[in-house]
Amino acid sequence: MKYLTEFRNGEIARTLAREIAQITTRQWKIMEVCGGQTHSIIKNGIDQMLPSGPGASIEMIHGPGCPVCVTPLELIDKALAIAAQPGVIFCSFGDMLRVPGTDSDLFQVKGRGGDVRVVYSPLDAVDLAVKNPGKQVVFFGVGFETTAPANAMSVHLAKRRGLRNFSVLVSHVLVPPAIAAILQSPGNQVQAFLAAGHVCSVMGYWQYPPLAEKFGVPIVVTGFEPLDLLEGIRRAVLQLEAGRHEVENAYSRVVTFDGNQAAQKLLGDVFEVTDRAWRGIGVIPNSGWRLNAEYRDFDAEERFHITGIHTQESALCRAGDVLRGAIKPAQCAAFGKECTPRHPLGATMVSSEGACAAYYNYGRFLSAEELAGAGSALSGAAHG
Amino acid sequence: MADSAKLVAPHSEMATPDFSNWSCPLPLADYPTIVMGHGGGGKLGSELVEHLFLPAFRNPALENLGDAAVLETAGARLALSTDSFVVQPLFFPGGSIGELAVNGTVNDLAVSGAEPKFLSASFILEEGFSLAQLAAIVDAMARSAATAGVQIVTGDTKVVERGHGDGCYITTAGVGVLRAGIQVGPHRVQPGDVIIVSGTIGDHGMAIMSVREGLEFESPIRSDCAALNGMIAEVLDAAGLAVHAMRDPTRGGLASTLNEIAQSSNVGIAINEASVPVRHEVQSACELLGLDPVYVANEGKAVFFVTPEAADRVLSILRAHPLGKDAARIGHATAEHKRILVARTTMGANRVIPTMIGEQLPRIC
Repeated sequence: MKYLTEFRNGEIARTLAREIAQITTRQWKIMEVCGGQTHSIIKNGIDQMLPSGPGASIEMIHGPGCPVCVTPLELIDKALAIAAQPGVIFCSFGDMLRVPGTDSDLFQVKGRGGDVRVVYSPLDAVDLAVKNPGKQVVFFGVGFETTAPANAMSVHLAKRRGLRNFSVLVSHVLVPPAIAAILQSPGNQVQAFLAAGHVCSVMGYWQYPPLAEKFGVPIVVTGFEPLDLLEGIRRAVLQLEAGRHEVENAYSRVVTFDGNQAAQKLLGDVFEVTDRAWRGIGVIPNSGWRLNAEYRDFDAEERFHITGIHTQESALCRAGDVLRGAIKPAQCAAFGKECTPRHPLGATMVSSEGACAAYYNYGRFLSAEELAGAGSALSGAAHG
Repeated sequence: MADSAKLVAPHSEMATPDFSNWSCPLPLADYPTIVMGHGGGGKLGSELVEHLFLPAFRNPALENLGDAAVLETAGARLALSTDSFVVQPLFFPGGSIGELAVNGTVNDLAVSGAEPKFLSASFILEEGFSLAQLAAIVDAMARSAATAGVQIVTGDTKVVERGHGDGCYITTAGVGVLRAGIQVGPHRVQPGDVIIVSGTIGDHGMAIMSVREGLEFESPIRSDCAALNGMIAEVLDAAGLAVHAMRDPTRGGLASTLNEIAQSSNVGIAINEASVPVRHEVQSACELLGLDPVYVANEGKAVFFVTPEAADRVLSILRAHPLGKDAARIGHATAEHKRILVARTTMGANRVIPTMIGEQLPRIC
């Protein structure tokens, strides 16, 4: 299959992994920013293919790039309150339905009679608004720069069509401010970044050279398939070993320096930069987008005036330590015990892209011996 | 970049956030109401069975929790199974709710080692539902029953007010006669058993999803909906007691079926990802929608646990049958990692394939 199986070739992957092992002479910590990359690394076992010797090793640190995980509790409670109102059709991407608010989630709102629908595109929500003039249609517009153009387009279309019954609950977050925030945080251990390929497909990578320069870190624009990830890691290690800190594009079949200009123009027309709270981290200045004055009418927060939300997050889990790379998910005492995808204690356990959920779902709680047993048992079978 | 300049703030304005204080949402209590996930073939559904239905109805025949109950009464060995069908759309590439309603129950009986004989059919119809559509559904049921060699011998019809149903719901129940000399069930699965799947996985679920999401492919994805009793009978005739367990991986897909068997048999299951047959268009649709084909429903596939000695024979019988031509050996049961399903990835790493919690949710990006 074109552009799919070629980038999952196990033999080429092992060759790349060998090359990475050969060029690695020290201990390096590299962060993949995007939750989709975390998912792919764990699912495919990329981290198990990297050198892990005492003197020369590569440790992947899983960044805060899961939009579901970082959406603030307060906004989820607002979404639940809006979705529960009669006369509202509340549309969301599938991931958000199971994310717990203070005492409910969208699945439960739906179970109690709320009209909650999973859509694949915000434009589907616009169509729903056209077809249901008697209802208020609200789209839950979360995500990084990747999902923003379609969300912007939905609002743009709604305005052009004069739709009075469409609005968006916006919580867009931005990657470059998050990278800067991580690099400035006390005790930062990240020495190089894999930039999120799909964010860069929209935004290009013209925002990254100042970051690489200011903080002296290599940044490699990287894709999501196993070979993409290994190539991104390889290029990051080459830079680290040579003492370089440049911005490279290892995902050139998708990403250009300038990015998608039409999308950026639309984003500029619809959104403006704002401070944004990241769940559990707190406010990162200038780290999000909101609808600008011209489109403020389509902001669900303005339209519904939800008040009286008091959120309280407990401090039981150690997601912050996971994000800083101080611990791996399985090293948290609650991991797999009090905290599972069924009963998540922390946002990183909620979404399939959250680091803790990825570790749990792919069995990183098993001992190495147990998994090795599976491997040796397999080698003699399954030749069908 | 002039257009985009206002989208980006200067880096110097960034403050330092406190990562050490990353806090957590409180865990949710168990769902107090039914959510869609209770019907998704995952953990939520099993919990409903385990904590509500089983304690209330408890009896030895129920406790096997197989696809069909095995009943020994008045000298006869019978299998009894029931299933409800609420699919939307009612008609899809490769079939309709009519074929599903017959084949679903026929297959549940067949994988229990029974020869399906008689079916009941109950219809819940919504006021305003088209009689022409109902006729098409009933016609499909009649044809499927004839193909499977079963008779629909009793039934019921109820009508609900407009808005209280989704056009047409069907419940079928079926009785079959257990074949002599055959014993299948999770209790017979042994470490070393070879696992064979009768063809490509995920076809039915993605056929439905493609219609719902308006995805169009050069060749449309067709449901694999089919009655498997003929093919299964050939396997049992040839391999007999060497067949330890059979299942039809419907809702929740191959992964849910294998996890269920791993848990009820107390064995580990190891599969080789590369040997699991998946159609290209199904794989593409899954990639687009952020789904994993191992969790996607099938309606015309069976999974067999057989002794290593019988594996080649079973495989060649399956491949000679029109419904089993893509059959493949995908892995085996093992004494390692008990109750856990592990897949060997194409990268050579091992990953656990867990039981789903509720429905599979499409990812944001």
